[in-house]
Amino acid sequence: MLKKAMIATLSAAAALSGVALLQAQAEPANDELVIDGRKLITETKAPEGHPFDVVRSGWLYRTKETRDLERDSFENPGMLYVERGKEIWNKVDGSAGKSCASCHQDAAKSMKDIGAHYPKWSAADKRPINIELQINKCRAEKMGAKPYKFDAADQKALTTYIKNQSLGTPVKLDLTQGDMMKWWHRGKDEYYVRTGQLNLSCASCHELNNGKHIRADHLSQGNVNGFPTYRLKQAHMISLHNRFRGCIRDTRAEYPKAFSDELMALEVYVTWRGSGLSVETPAVRQ
Amino acid sequence: MATPRPRLKLPKTAKAGEVITIKTLINHPMESGQRKDKQGNKIPRKIINKFTCEFEGQTVFASDISPAISSNPYFEFNAKPMKSGTFKFTWVDDDGSKYTLEQAIEVK
Repeated sequence: MLKKAMIATLSAAAALSGVALLQAQAEPANDELVIDGRKLITETKAPEGHPFDVVRSGWLYRTKETRDLERDSFENPGMLYVERGKEIWNKVDGSAGKSCASCHQDAAKSMKDIGAHYPKWSAADKRPINIELQINKCRAEKMGAKPYKFDAADQKALTTYIKNQSLGTPVKLDLTQGDMMKWWHRGKDEYYVRTGQLNLSCASCHELNNGKHIRADHLSQGNVNGFPTYRLKQAHMISLHNRFRGCIRDTRAEYPKAFSDELMALEVYVTWRGSGLSVETPAVRQ
Repeated sequence: MATPRPRLKLPKTAKAGEVITIKTLINHPMESGQRKDKQGNKIPRKIINKFTCEFEGQTVFASDISPAISSNPYFEFNAKPMKSGTFKFTWVDDDGSKYTLEQAIEVK
Protein backbone atom coordinates (compact mmCIF):
# COMPACT_ATOMS: atom_id res chain seq x y z
CA MET A 1 0.00 0.00 0.00
CA LEU A 2 2.88 2.29 0.86
CA LYS A 3 4.49 1.52 -2.48
CA LYS A 4 1.23 2.36 -4.27
CA ALA A 5 0.89 5.58 -2.27
CA MET A 6 4.45 6.52 -3.19
CA ILE A 7 3.90 5.81 -6.85
CA ALA A 8 0.66 7.76 -6.76
CA THR A 9 2.50 10.72 -5.27
CA LEU A 10 5.31 10.42 -7.79
CA SER A 11 2.79 10.17 -10.62
CA ALA A 12 1.03 13.27 -9.39
CA ALA A 13 4.33 15.10 -9.13
CA ALA A 14 5.41 13.83 -12.52
CA ALA A 15 2.10 14.84 -14.06
CA LEU A 16 2.53 18.30 -12.66
CA SER A 17 6.03 18.56 -14.01
CA GLY A 18 4.89 17.10 -17.35
CA VAL A 19 7.25 14.12 -17.24
CA ALA A 20 6.07 10.70 -18.45
CA LEU A 21 6.51 8.09 -15.73
CA LEU A 22 7.08 4.40 -16.49
CA GLN A 23 5.42 2.31 -13.79
CA ALA A 24 7.47 -0.80 -13.04
CA GLN A 25 4.42 -2.75 -11.81
CA ALA A 26 2.80 -2.40 -15.25
CA GLU A 27 5.12 -4.89 -16.95
CA PRO A 28 3.65 -8.10 -18.40
CA ALA A 29 3.66 -11.02 -15.95
CA ASN A 30 6.39 -13.60 -15.88
CA ASP A 31 4.14 -16.62 -15.89
CA GLU A 32 3.51 -19.92 -17.63
CA LEU A 33 0.17 -20.91 -19.11
CA VAL A 34 -0.60 -24.61 -18.74
CA ILE A 35 -4.10 -25.82 -19.58
CA ASP A 36 -4.99 -29.43 -18.72
CA GLY A 37 -1.33 -30.36 -18.69
CA ARG A 38 -0.50 -28.65 -21.99
CA LYS A 39 1.92 -25.73 -21.99
CA LEU A 40 0.86 -22.89 -24.27
CA ILE A 41 3.22 -20.46 -25.97
CA THR A 42 2.50 -17.00 -24.56
CA GLU A 43 5.84 -15.44 -25.45
CA THR A 44 7.95 -16.07 -28.53
CA LYS A 45 10.41 -14.57 -31.00
CA ALA A 46 8.63 -12.18 -33.36
CA PRO A 47 8.32 -13.15 -37.02
CA GLU A 48 10.63 -11.68 -39.65
CA GLY A 49 9.82 -8.03 -40.39
CA HIS A 50 7.98 -7.47 -37.10
CA PRO A 51 8.67 -4.21 -35.22
CA PHE A 52 9.11 -6.13 -31.91
CA ASP A 53 11.75 -8.68 -30.93
CA VAL A 54 9.31 -10.63 -28.77
CA VAL A 55 5.58 -11.12 -29.24
CA ARG A 56 3.49 -11.65 -26.12
CA SER A 57 -0.02 -12.89 -25.51
CA GLY A 58 -2.55 -10.59 -23.88
CA TRP A 59 -2.80 -13.21 -21.13
CA LEU A 60 0.45 -11.95 -19.64
CA TYR A 61 -0.99 -8.47 -19.15
CA ARG A 62 -3.93 -9.57 -17.01
CA THR A 63 -4.13 -9.87 -13.22
CA LYS A 64 -3.33 -13.19 -11.56
CA GLU A 65 -7.03 -13.85 -10.88
CA THR A 66 -7.86 -13.43 -14.58
CA ARG A 67 -4.91 -15.57 -15.64
CA ASP A 68 -6.02 -18.30 -13.22
CA LEU A 69 -9.50 -18.36 -14.79
CA GLU A 70 -8.04 -19.21 -18.18
CA ARG A 71 -5.82 -21.95 -16.75
CA ASP A 72 -8.75 -23.92 -15.38
CA SER A 73 -10.88 -25.42 -18.13
CA PHE A 74 -13.68 -25.97 -15.61
CA GLU A 75 -13.73 -22.38 -14.37
CA ASN A 76 -13.04 -20.67 -17.72
CA PRO A 77 -16.47 -19.19 -18.55
CA GLY A 78 -15.60 -19.39 -22.25
CA MET A 79 -15.74 -23.18 -22.07
CA LEU A 80 -19.52 -22.98 -21.63
CA TYR A 81 -19.62 -21.50 -25.12
CA VAL A 82 -17.35 -24.27 -26.42
CA GLU A 83 -19.94 -26.73 -25.11
CA ARG A 84 -22.75 -24.77 -26.73
CA GLY A 85 -20.74 -24.71 -29.97
CA LYS A 86 -20.43 -28.49 -29.83
CA GLU A 87 -24.24 -28.77 -29.54
CA ILE A 88 -24.63 -26.55 -32.61
CA TRP A 89 -21.99 -28.57 -34.49
CA ASN A 90 -24.09 -31.67 -34.05
CA LYS A 91 -27.47 -30.10 -34.70
CA VAL A 92 -29.14 -30.46 -38.09
CA ASP A 93 -30.00 -27.06 -39.59
CA GLY A 94 -31.20 -25.97 -43.02
CA SER A 95 -32.99 -27.42 -46.03
CA ALA A 96 -30.27 -29.98 -46.81
CA GLY A 97 -30.95 -31.73 -43.51
CA LYS A 98 -27.30 -31.63 -42.47
CA SER A 99 -25.33 -30.62 -39.42
CA CYS A 100 -21.66 -29.59 -39.42
CA ALA A 101 -20.94 -33.11 -38.23
CA SER A 102 -22.61 -34.61 -41.32
CA CYS A 103 -19.60 -33.55 -43.42
CA HIS A 104 -16.89 -32.79 -40.88
CA GLN A 105 -17.61 -35.60 -38.41
CA ASP A 106 -15.60 -35.25 -35.20
CA ALA A 107 -14.44 -31.65 -34.90
CA ALA A 108 -11.58 -32.69 -32.64
CA LYS A 109 -10.09 -34.38 -35.70
CA SER A 110 -11.39 -32.41 -38.70
CA MET A 111 -10.97 -28.95 -37.15
CA LYS A 112 -7.72 -29.70 -35.33
CA ASP A 113 -5.16 -26.90 -35.87
CA ILE A 114 -7.10 -25.20 -38.66
CA GLY A 115 -8.06 -22.24 -36.47
CA ALA A 116 -4.37 -21.37 -36.18
CA HIS A 117 -4.16 -20.79 -39.94
CA TYR A 118 -7.10 -18.45 -40.43
CA PRO A 119 -7.68 -15.98 -42.01
CA LYS A 120 -7.02 -17.79 -45.28
CA TRP A 121 -7.22 -16.76 -48.89
CA SER A 122 -10.57 -17.61 -50.50
CA ALA A 123 -10.12 -18.07 -54.25
CA ALA A 124 -13.89 -18.23 -54.71
CA ASP A 125 -14.55 -14.92 -52.93
CA LYS A 126 -11.27 -13.28 -54.04
CA ARG A 127 -10.65 -12.02 -50.50
CA PRO A 128 -9.44 -13.36 -47.14
CA ILE A 129 -11.89 -15.51 -45.23
CA ASN A 130 -12.12 -16.03 -41.47
CA ILE A 131 -13.89 -18.70 -39.41
CA GLU A 132 -17.15 -16.75 -39.08
CA LEU A 133 -17.36 -16.22 -42.83
CA GLN A 134 -16.38 -19.82 -43.53
CA ILE A 135 -19.20 -21.02 -41.28
CA ASN A 136 -21.69 -18.82 -43.12
CA LYS A 137 -20.35 -20.05 -46.47
CA CYS A 138 -20.88 -23.66 -45.40
CA ARG A 139 -24.36 -22.86 -44.08
CA ALA A 140 -25.48 -21.06 -47.25
CA GLU A 141 -23.81 -23.29 -49.84
CA LYS A 142 -23.80 -26.74 -48.27
CA MET A 143 -26.54 -26.80 -45.64
CA GLY A 144 -29.24 -24.62 -47.14
CA ALA A 145 -29.23 -22.77 -43.84
CA LYS A 146 -29.48 -19.03 -43.22
CA PRO A 147 -26.07 -17.41 -42.67
CA TYR A 148 -25.62 -16.01 -39.16
CA LYS A 149 -26.00 -12.32 -38.52
CA PHE A 150 -22.81 -10.73 -37.19
CA ASP A 151 -22.30 -11.63 -33.53
CA ALA A 152 -25.30 -13.95 -33.34
CA ALA A 153 -24.96 -16.01 -30.15
CA ASP A 154 -24.74 -19.22 -32.18
CA GLN A 155 -22.09 -17.74 -34.50
CA LYS A 156 -19.90 -16.86 -31.52
CA ALA A 157 -20.41 -20.24 -29.84
CA LEU A 158 -19.63 -22.21 -32.99
CA THR A 159 -16.59 -20.07 -33.85
CA THR A 160 -15.32 -20.51 -30.28
CA TYR A 161 -15.82 -24.29 -30.49
CA ILE A 162 -13.99 -24.56 -33.81
CA LYS A 163 -11.07 -22.37 -32.74
CA ASN A 164 -10.84 -24.24 -29.44
CA GLN A 165 -9.93 -27.35 -31.46
CA SER A 166 -6.67 -25.51 -32.18
CA LEU A 167 -5.91 -24.70 -28.54
CA GLY A 168 -2.14 -24.62 -28.12
CA THR A 169 -1.28 -24.62 -31.82
CA PRO A 170 0.97 -21.69 -32.82
CA VAL A 171 -0.67 -19.10 -35.06
CA LYS A 172 0.76 -19.30 -38.56
CA LEU A 173 -0.75 -17.66 -41.65
CA ASP A 174 -0.01 -18.55 -45.24
CA LEU A 175 0.56 -15.18 -46.88
CA THR A 176 1.69 -16.70 -50.19
CA GLN A 177 -1.85 -17.58 -51.30
CA GLY A 178 -3.70 -15.35 -53.74
CA ASP A 179 -3.54 -11.65 -52.90
CA MET A 180 -2.94 -12.16 -49.16
CA MET A 181 0.15 -9.92 -49.22
CA LYS A 182 -1.86 -7.05 -50.71
CA TRP A 183 -4.39 -7.38 -47.91
CA TRP A 184 -1.56 -7.69 -45.35
CA HIS A 185 -0.11 -4.41 -46.62
CA ARG A 186 -3.49 -2.73 -46.48
CA GLY A 187 -3.99 -4.00 -42.92
CA LYS A 188 -0.55 -2.70 -41.99
CA ASP A 189 -1.37 0.76 -43.34
CA GLU A 190 -4.62 0.75 -41.36
CA TYR A 191 -2.75 -0.26 -38.21
CA TYR A 192 -0.57 2.83 -38.32
CA VAL A 193 -3.08 5.44 -39.49
CA ARG A 194 -4.44 7.72 -36.78
CA THR A 195 -8.21 8.08 -36.78
CA GLY A 196 -10.99 9.61 -34.81
CA GLN A 197 -11.48 12.61 -32.58
CA LEU A 198 -8.79 11.23 -30.29
CA ASN A 199 -6.45 10.82 -33.27
CA LEU A 200 -5.16 7.40 -32.27
CA SER A 201 -3.97 4.46 -34.33
CA CYS A 202 -3.73 0.83 -33.21
CA ALA A 203 0.01 1.47 -32.91
CA SER A 204 -0.52 4.43 -30.55
CA CYS A 205 -1.56 2.04 -27.79
CA HIS A 206 -0.44 -1.43 -28.76
CA GLU A 207 2.94 -0.70 -30.30
CA LEU A 208 4.15 2.43 -28.54
CA ASN A 209 2.56 1.98 -25.12
CA ASN A 210 2.03 -1.72 -24.43
CA GLY A 211 2.88 -2.47 -20.83
CA LYS A 212 1.58 0.89 -19.69
CA HIS A 213 -1.89 1.66 -18.40
CA ILE A 214 -4.64 3.52 -20.20
CA ARG A 215 -6.77 4.55 -17.24
CA ALA A 216 -7.24 1.25 -15.39
CA ASP A 217 -6.56 -0.97 -18.42
CA HIS A 218 -3.17 -2.63 -18.80
CA LEU A 219 -2.31 -2.30 -22.50
CA SER A 220 -1.19 -5.45 -24.26
CA GLN A 221 0.49 -5.80 -27.66
CA GLY A 222 -2.99 -6.28 -29.10
CA ASN A 223 -2.53 -9.84 -30.36
CA VAL A 224 -5.60 -11.81 -31.33
CA ASN A 225 -4.58 -15.40 -30.65
CA GLY A 226 -7.32 -15.72 -28.02
CA PHE A 227 -10.38 -14.63 -29.98
CA PRO A 228 -13.26 -15.13 -29.59
CA THR A 229 -12.49 -14.06 -26.07
CA TYR A 230 -14.49 -14.18 -22.85
CA ARG A 231 -14.39 -10.62 -21.62
CA LEU A 232 -15.21 -10.28 -17.93
CA LYS A 233 -16.45 -6.74 -18.56
CA GLN A 234 -19.25 -7.99 -20.77
CA ALA A 235 -19.58 -11.47 -19.21
CA HIS A 236 -19.83 -13.15 -22.61
CA MET A 237 -17.83 -14.05 -25.71
CA ILE A 238 -16.47 -11.19 -27.78
CA SER A 239 -15.64 -11.75 -31.43
CA LEU A 240 -12.62 -10.22 -33.12
CA HIS A 241 -14.52 -7.85 -35.36
CA ASN A 242 -16.58 -6.72 -32.41
CA ARG A 243 -13.33 -5.82 -30.65
CA PHE A 244 -11.91 -4.04 -33.71
CA ARG A 245 -15.09 -1.97 -33.96
CA GLY A 246 -15.00 -1.28 -30.21
CA CYS A 247 -11.39 -0.08 -30.28
CA ILE A 248 -12.01 2.17 -33.30
CA ARG A 249 -15.22 3.48 -31.70
CA ASP A 250 -13.16 4.29 -28.61
CA THR A 251 -10.94 6.59 -30.67
CA ARG A 252 -14.20 8.35 -31.51
CA ALA A 253 -13.99 7.41 -35.15
CA GLU A 254 -16.68 5.95 -37.36
CA TYR A 255 -16.16 2.24 -37.18
CA PRO A 256 -16.19 -0.05 -40.24
CA LYS A 257 -18.77 -2.80 -40.73
CA ALA A 258 -17.86 -6.26 -39.49
CA PHE A 259 -16.23 -8.37 -42.22
CA SER A 260 -15.77 -5.28 -44.40
CA ASP A 261 -12.64 -5.06 -46.54
CA GLU A 262 -11.08 -2.72 -43.98
CA LEU A 263 -11.56 -5.11 -41.08
CA MET A 264 -10.62 -8.23 -43.06
CA ALA A 265 -7.33 -6.56 -44.04
CA LEU A 266 -6.77 -5.55 -40.43
CA GLU A 267 -7.52 -9.11 -39.27
CA VAL A 268 -4.89 -10.50 -41.67
CA TYR A 269 -2.23 -8.07 -40.47
CA VAL A 270 -3.02 -8.19 -36.73
CA THR A 271 -3.22 -12.00 -36.74
CA TRP A 272 0.22 -12.06 -38.38
CA ARG A 273 1.59 -9.78 -35.63
CA GLY A 274 0.92 -12.62 -33.17
CA SER A 275 2.54 -15.37 -35.25
CA GLY A 276 4.00 -18.10 -33.08
CA LEU A 277 1.71 -17.52 -30.12
CA SER A 278 -0.59 -20.43 -29.22
CA VAL A 279 -4.28 -20.23 -30.01
CA GLU A 280 -5.90 -19.63 -26.59
CA THR A 281 -9.55 -19.60 -27.58
CA PRO A 282 -11.53 -19.13 -25.41
CA ALA A 283 -9.13 -16.66 -23.80
CA VAL A 284 -10.23 -14.84 -20.63
CA ARG A 285 -9.55 -11.13 -20.61
CA GLN A 286 -10.77 -8.10 -18.71
CA MET B 1 -31.34 -19.35 -23.68
CA ALA B 2 -29.45 -22.62 -23.92
CA THR B 3 -30.80 -25.33 -21.61
CA PRO B 4 -29.11 -24.92 -18.24
CA ARG B 5 -26.74 -27.81 -17.71
CA PRO B 6 -24.97 -28.11 -14.38
CA ARG B 7 -21.33 -29.08 -14.26
CA LEU B 8 -19.42 -30.53 -11.38
CA LYS B 9 -15.83 -31.10 -10.31
CA LEU B 10 -15.81 -33.58 -7.44
CA PRO B 11 -13.02 -36.03 -6.63
CA LYS B 12 -13.96 -39.64 -7.21
CA THR B 13 -12.14 -40.84 -4.08
CA ALA B 14 -11.01 -39.33 -0.78
CA LYS B 15 -9.52 -40.42 2.53
CA ALA B 16 -11.89 -40.38 5.49
CA GLY B 17 -11.76 -36.95 7.08
CA GLU B 18 -9.90 -35.37 4.14
CA VAL B 19 -11.14 -31.91 3.13
CA ILE B 20 -12.16 -31.93 -0.53
CA THR B 21 -12.94 -28.99 -2.79
CA ILE B 22 -16.17 -29.14 -4.79
CA LYS B 23 -16.60 -26.87 -7.80
CA THR B 24 -19.96 -26.35 -9.47
CA LEU B 25 -21.05 -24.34 -12.46
CA ILE B 26 -24.34 -23.95 -14.27
CA ASN B 27 -24.94 -22.00 -17.46
CA HIS B 28 -27.80 -19.60 -16.82
CA PRO B 29 -28.36 -15.98 -17.93
CA MET B 30 -29.31 -14.91 -14.37
CA GLU B 31 -31.47 -12.11 -15.74
CA SER B 32 -31.63 -9.62 -12.87
CA GLY B 33 -34.88 -7.95 -13.85
CA GLN B 34 -33.20 -4.54 -13.98
CA ARG B 35 -32.17 -4.57 -17.64
CA LYS B 36 -34.27 -2.98 -20.36
CA ASP B 37 -34.65 -4.14 -23.94
CA LYS B 38 -34.26 -1.94 -27.03
CA GLN B 39 -37.90 -0.83 -26.75
CA GLY B 40 -37.37 0.27 -23.14
CA ASN B 41 -39.33 -2.57 -21.54
CA LYS B 42 -37.88 -4.26 -18.48
CA ILE B 43 -36.57 -7.74 -19.20
CA PRO B 44 -38.25 -9.92 -16.56
CA ARG B 45 -36.20 -11.41 -13.77
CA LYS B 46 -35.20 -15.04 -14.23
CA ILE B 47 -32.50 -16.40 -11.98
CA ILE B 48 -31.43 -19.49 -10.13
CA ASN B 49 -32.65 -18.54 -6.66
CA LYS B 50 -31.46 -21.53 -4.64
CA PHE B 51 -28.52 -23.91 -4.71
CA THR B 52 -28.12 -26.86 -2.35
CA CYS B 53 -25.63 -29.65 -1.90
CA GLU B 54 -26.63 -32.70 0.13
CA PHE B 55 -24.64 -35.74 1.13
CA GLU B 56 -26.64 -38.82 2.07
CA GLY B 57 -29.59 -36.66 3.10
CA GLN B 58 -27.54 -34.16 5.08
CA THR B 59 -27.22 -30.57 3.81
CA VAL B 60 -23.56 -29.73 3.20
CA PHE B 61 -23.94 -26.34 1.56
CA ALA B 62 -26.97 -24.22 0.69
CA SER B 63 -27.36 -20.76 -0.74
CA ASP B 64 -30.32 -18.45 -1.28
CA ILE B 65 -29.31 -16.55 -4.39
CA SER B 66 -30.24 -12.97 -5.25
CA PRO B 67 -30.09 -11.07 -8.58
CA ALA B 68 -26.67 -9.75 -7.56
CA ILE B 69 -25.08 -13.02 -8.71
CA SER B 70 -23.96 -12.73 -12.34
CA SER B 71 -24.57 -15.14 -15.19
CA ASN B 72 -23.33 -18.73 -15.13
CA PRO B 73 -23.11 -18.93 -11.33
CA TYR B 74 -20.03 -20.69 -10.05
CA PHE B 75 -19.94 -22.08 -6.52
CA GLU B 76 -16.87 -23.57 -4.92
CA PHE B 77 -16.87 -24.94 -1.39
CA ASN B 78 -15.20 -27.55 0.80
CA ALA B 79 -16.58 -30.70 2.39
CA LYS B 80 -15.24 -33.40 4.67
CA PRO B 81 -16.90 -36.73 3.78
CA MET B 82 -16.41 -39.31 6.52
CA LYS B 83 -17.90 -42.24 4.56
CA SER B 84 -18.65 -43.27 0.97
CA GLY B 85 -21.88 -41.97 -0.47
CA THR B 86 -23.57 -39.80 -3.04
CA PHE B 87 -23.53 -36.02 -3.29
CA LYS B 88 -26.70 -34.48 -4.66
CA PHE B 89 -26.70 -30.94 -6.10
CA THR B 90 -29.87 -28.98 -6.85
CA TRP B 91 -30.36 -25.68 -8.62
CA VAL B 92 -33.83 -24.08 -8.45
CA ASP B 93 -34.97 -21.64 -11.15
CA ASP B 94 -37.45 -18.78 -10.55
CA ASP B 95 -39.89 -20.59 -12.84
CA GLY B 96 -39.80 -23.64 -10.60
CA SER B 97 -37.51 -25.78 -12.78
CA LYS B 98 -35.04 -27.87 -10.86
CA TYR B 99 -31.67 -28.92 -12.24
CA THR B 100 -29.91 -31.69 -10.43
CA LEU B 101 -26.68 -33.62 -10.51
CA GLU B 102 -25.61 -36.62 -8.48
CA GLN B 103 -22.19 -38.08 -8.09
CA ALA B 104 -20.82 -40.75 -5.79
CA ILE B 105 -17.56 -40.56 -3.88
CA GLU B 106 -15.59 -43.48 -2.49
CA VAL B 107 -14.13 -42.72 0.90
CA LYS B 108 -11.29 -44.99 1.96
